Amino acid sequence: MTPADAEMVAQLCAHRAGLKVDPEKAYLMENRLGALARREGYGEVDEMLAALQARREDRLAWAVVEAMTASETTFFRDRTPFELFASEVLPSLAALRMGEPIRVWSAACGAGQEIYSLAMIVDEMRGRLGDTKVELFGSDLSERNLERAQGGRYSQFEIQRGLPIRRLVDHFDKDDEFWTISPRIRQMVRWRRVNLISDLSAAGRFDVIFCRYLLCQLTAEAKPRLLANLARAISPEGFVVLGEGESIQGFSDAFQPVHGRPGLFARNPAFRVAA
Amino acid sequence: MKTCLVVDDSRVIRKVARRILEDIGFEIAEAADGMEALAWCRAAMPDAVLLDWNMPVMNGIDFLRVLREEPGGDRPAVVFCTVENEPARIREALEAGANEYIMKPFDGDIIASKFAEVGLA
Repeated sequence: MTPADAEMVAQLCAHRAGLKVDPEKAYLMENRLGALARREGYGEVDEMLAALQARREDRLAWAVVEAMTASETTFFRDRTPFELFASEVLPSLAALRMGEPIRVWSAACGAGQEIYSLAMIVDEMRGRLGDTKVELFGSDLSERNLERAQGGRYSQFEIQRGLPIRRLVDHFDKDDEFWTISPRIRQMVRWRRVNLISDLSAAGRFDVIFCRYLLCQLTAEAKPRLLANLARAISPEGFVVLGEGESIQGFSDAFQPVHGRPGLFARNPAFRVAA
Repeated sequence: MKTCLVVDDSRVIRKVARRILEDIGFEIAEAADGMEALAWCRAAMPDAVLLDWNMPVMNGIDFLRVLREEPGGDRPAVVFCTVENEPARIREALEAGANEYIMKPFDGDIIASKFAEVGLA
């Protein structure tokens, strides 16, 4: 991979998805783009990028960007946000809503572990939220991630990271060496491809948005854009959940951290979203 | 320092598990079967037990059932660590009083995650 190729990939990622990709890390790009090149029928990553240069094919450009978003996660990652969701966020929103549905969104859901973790909690809390329904949504930039997430099928390694054994036997079925989330849980989640830095005005209103460990992957220009988009999508009494140690200080005043609740952010009432 | 009894008939597995558990702050004792493990527990009840299923002399599930009847035997967190990976087997272990369950092969992340789950890491 030439430095010019690496620069082209980095610019494509920044321009289309706000993704910060270091052009110095060509080996990382080769690694992530290798599988895509094979699927697309190219012998080498270089050949695929040459074809992209020549033909400017939109579909292939997106496939390259999506391949660069690959990131790993686990069920119930960091535990605390999920405990807060169950013990405080859901009950307080349910009391406020008086029967109106609560809408929960896992933004950049990857292979689905986060939204399924939330779905298991909601399932287990059935009957304790009165008549309030909880609607769950998962979105990702990558179609491949979405397909994986919708399938809900995980390796033995994946289901052993963060998932308590009781929840495994309660909510998963085993087939061969894989474990598949039960139809009951899978049917609770709706999916959509969403580019979080493009226009989100059609996405609707949400009461809880999990958007963790994405900020650190974005360019300086994309970060405030993402937060302004989330501010537009969150209901006035809703919460955004960021990753452990993620801060928005210095580049956005759309949200304020909730005191004593690590990772939880509330909409800043003084923040005005540009129309 | 918290103590963990590693029960497995494979010396290699015991060695790997010992290294991982020492890294997350446990003092380790080892036993090669359920009977040996029971002798350890009767002498000094550990905080945790990492427990293989299939072993000679006394297997893991029989050990666990006896342990839970012993004085103070309800106290240790018991984490199975076995090649048994059928849901029916896992349920059987939970009913016998297991707190967590690891399916082999495992790595350091899985052990750390499971011990965090039982409040010990």
